[in-house]
Amino acid sequence: MNSNPIHTLRGWLQEWPVYRQVTGPDRLGRGAAAQSPRSRQLRARTATADEPARSVCPYCAVGCAQLVYAQDGRVTQIEGDPDSPVSRGRLCPKGSASLSLVTGPQREEKVRYRAPFATEWTDLPLDTAMDMVADRMLDARRRGWQETDEQGNVLRRTMGLAGLGGATTDNEENYLFKKLWTAMGAVQIENQARI
Amino acid sequence: MGSNMAEAHPVGFQWVMEAKLRGARVVHVDPRFTRTSALAHQYVRIRAGTDIAFLGGVVNHVLSNDLDFREYVAAYTNAAFLVNEQFADTEDLDGLFSGYDPATGDYDTTTWDYEGASQRETGPMETGMGGPRIAGVAEIAQDPSLEHSRCVFQILKRHFSRYTPEMVERVCGVPPDQFRQVCEAWTSNSGRERTAALIYSVGWTQHTVGAQNIRAGAIVQLLLGNVGRPGGGIYALRGHANIQGSTDIPTLFDLLPGYLPMPRAGQADLTAYLDRVRARTQKGYWEEADAYFVSLLKEYFGDAATSDNDFGFGWLPRINGDHGTYRTTMDMIDGRVFGYVVMGQNPAVGSANGRLQRLALANLDWLVVRDLAMIETASFWKDSPEIETGEIAPEQCRTEVFFFPAASHVEKAGTFTQTQRMVQWRQKGAEPIGDQRSDLWFFHQLCRRIRDRVADSTDPRDVSLQRLAWDYRTEGSGDDAEPDPEDVLRRINGIDLATGRTVDTFTDLRADGSTACGCWQYSGIYKDEVNQAARRKPHVEQGPYDPEWGWTWPANRRLLYNRASADLGGRPWSERKRLVWWDPDRGRWTGNDVPDFPVSTPPGYVPPEGARGPEALRGDDPFIMQADGKAWLFAPAGVIDGPLPTHYEPHESPVRNPLYGQQSNPTRRVYPRPENPYDPSPPEPNTDVFPFVLTAARLTEHHTAGGMSRLLPYLSELQPELFVEVSPQLARLRGLTHLGWAHVVTSRAAVEARVYVTDRMAPLRLDGRVIHQVWLPYHWGPTGLVTGDVVNDLLGIVTDPNVLIQESKVATCDVLPGRRPRGAELTALLARLRSRAGITPITGTQLVTTGTEPPEEGP
Repeated sequence: MNSNPIHTLRGWLQEWPVYRQVTGPDRLGRGAAAQSPRSRQLRARTATADEPARSVCPYCAVGCAQLVYAQDGRVTQIEGDPDSPVSRGRLCPKGSASLSLVTGPQREEKVRYRAPFATEWTDLPLDTAMDMVADRMLDARRRGWQETDEQGNVLRRTMGLAGLGGATTDNEENYLFKKLWTAMGAVQIENQARI
Repeated sequence: MGSNMAEAHPVGFQWVMEAKLRGARVVHVDPRFTRTSALAHQYVRIRAGTDIAFLGGVVNHVLSNDLDFREYVAAYTNAAFLVNEQFADTEDLDGLFSGYDPATGDYDTTTWDYEGASQRETGPMETGMGGPRIAGVAEIAQDPSLEHSRCVFQILKRHFSRYTPEMVERVCGVPPDQFRQVCEAWTSNSGRERTAALIYSVGWTQHTVGAQNIRAGAIVQLLLGNVGRPGGGIYALRGHANIQGSTDIPTLFDLLPGYLPMPRAGQADLTAYLDRVRARTQKGYWEEADAYFVSLLKEYFGDAATSDNDFGFGWLPRINGDHGTYRTTMDMIDGRVFGYVVMGQNPAVGSANGRLQRLALANLDWLVVRDLAMIETASFWKDSPEIETGEIAPEQCRTEVFFFPAASHVEKAGTFTQTQRMVQWRQKGAEPIGDQRSDLWFFHQLCRRIRDRVADSTDPRDVSLQRLAWDYRTEGSGDDAEPDPEDVLRRINGIDLATGRTVDTFTDLRADGSTACGCWQYSGIYKDEVNQAARRKPHVEQGPYDPEWGWTWPANRRLLYNRASADLGGRPWSERKRLVWWDPDRGRWTGNDVPDFPVSTPPGYVPPEGARGPEALRGDDPFIMQADGKAWLFAPAGVIDGPLPTHYEPHESPVRNPLYGQQSNPTRRVYPRPENPYDPSPPEPNTDVFPFVLTAARLTEHHTAGGMSRLLPYLSELQPELFVEVSPQLARLRGLTHLGWAHVVTSRAAVEARVYVTDRMAPLRLDGRVIHQVWLPYHWGPTGLVTGDVVNDLLGIVTDPNVLIQESKVATCDVLPGRRPRGAELTALLARLRSRAGITPITGTQLVTTGTEPPEEGP
């Protein structure tokens, strides 16, 4: 589109989308012909974003590659990565909703604490919560400790605490989860793979 | 089979469509007509839970018509091996194999042994990835002609001889002409020039015969020569971004990283453990499990692990039974578990028997939930359905709950392993905000605090924590410190302790303490000190196997057991199906993929007497992890419920098993308790109270228990409400109106849903009866932008004995018009139904039903 001044007849006609569609290259009226002065000015969020992070969809295990665009430290767009031999840039409805998954108002930002018999959540500083959990883990470990079975075979374990999760978290995280659990003697650790 | 790939894995399904465009024939076998069916050449409706009868029928078709790929079968499988004289088949014992003990509900598997070798009885995952140990593999009696009556090939033939097209119709409800079409498509697309792929999902695993469903598929694929070859294979489509990784580097009770088994009670020292895992005389790479295990102990305990102290073996906890998630949940109800840490999982909605799950949560001392958003597992004390029935009241619920907001997949770097074993690194795109943290931070900070608290302890149980090697490179300090995930991945890859550099591959690992490795199977992922999983060479710039995109275990091989893509002489079976082959000039295996075989062992190689491990592999032993180098048509050990798959009816079924007096899997794990009643099945009476077959699955727009989908506006708008699909015939029978309400009932729960009357569901005709099936998606719960009843509440807990996965793809039910009652009326309705069905604590728990006659053939 050129930008003829509106005071010429041709300029006036050019403001009319049907005229542009009939006379210009966009015969289907799905691109330039349909643009308003405002939409002509619009730029994709991805055009001004930082270099995208190469990521992977967090939903199923097909492993579609994602490009994560951020600007000023906030994620602004998530798209399929066309370079991927797995997905060739495609994402399904869930993968396409990744931006809402990451930036939506459902995301919790603060630790929430519910005391025994309480009817509502309260706040708790993160480090306090971590200290409380560490104390409780050691206590549960101690109370559920089993040194040997009935035949005297070594068990050296605790049945007082259990862990669940892993299929939505990273290999590196799962590695430390299992390692810490094992060092504590906790054998009850499971994830979605058992389901 | 057992997969709705087009809807549950839509982007992966583009490759099925590509294959179809290139002439592949696509067949879909499923209880429900889905979008996968719509895009297939042939759709076959099957009764839920009868896949083994169907696949057994295919085996019978192949063997009765000599359609197997004989050269492949004779050389690469255990078809020629002879089995112990004492072995008795389900054909002989009315549905049981030899060795069954009714008192324990388990088999003594010694009669399943190969003749001449000793397997020593093992359970699954007791020996890890390599499968059962075999001592004396060189002594196994064989008949290369496959004619000996006790050879595996002949046993297989007899075992499935009654699985005729007519029997398939009686069991599965599949008309014989449809069944023959499937057999013809499968066999005519297999062999030298062609290969066929088999795809399954949790439609196969979530059964009391889950492991055997997959065994049955594997037998068909092996008989037709479709394993280890391009275009062949058996593909498990998995439903969580890192569910493959979470079994490789497991958060599972029975495994250590790399499918090394957890130590068991009674294994007094390292030698006792290793002797249970592998035999010193066995073939293949699992014989070197000692190197993998000692290297793991070195990664766990660092300098404290020495040959003098068994590398710290004594500091590991021991297991001695079922410590699976369902057992643990029941132990919570019984007050034996005090604390629970849940991350990225929502069992209050997503696990079978939701009510039991929530009652368990309500009886903990404390609960930690780490997730992106508030989910029912954290908020059960104020919003679970039991509030309405009065079974949980916030003022009386003692559980202390900590909710920690988690960093999302873009707010941390790390790896996911996708469904074809490809590990892909994610870069970090933004920082998390507020209290949001990665799980790496969480476990590091927890470990730091716990170790501070036991630093001065003299209690021997704290030694394992004090000696733990936890010196990962961190970013930040103090309360902000977080391990660098690349350093953790590097330790998972493995380090040569002499040079301090990463090892190149798992064969570099040693059992003498000179290497440390977190997961042998991932060795090579940090080869040359480079994060190989982060490679992103565009697919348009590389060949069909794209070796420079991510990294695939093991050793960046894209196709497992690819030695089988070449014939006995090392030449491709056909030019159009070539993948790897022997290059006689260079004296090594080569091709389009990384060869999955000792690279310089020639095709005709015969090892010298006394050879062991990889050196003991013959040139025609492609299955390099197996103790005998062969693929197992017959499993002489390691599978709890039998050496061959056998059709058993689901735990809850309206149908009497037409094949045997034995109704259901005699080794299935039942958990009788008041919160977990079972609907009656034949030969028990009153099966008319829950006359229909219930099955459930996913929608494209939602994800499992919904924590990542029904809190999002777009996805919630696309699929706003729970519905139940019923056939027009069933709608008439029960007076259900399209878009009206109905409630589905079992002995556990009533779940209400909008009625969707559709031809996607249709009644099956089998054995002179009409069987109705109903289907529901299972994503909703009491909270979120869209809410609904929890479909998993309908299910009881009964599990496959091998893997302890619940049977959630099939149960019995009834469907009643209108909304379900509320509060006390709901409890009363369920009590009434249980009473009508005569349900007692022993209903469904009598494992053996042999000696009672199977029904006569119908008209």
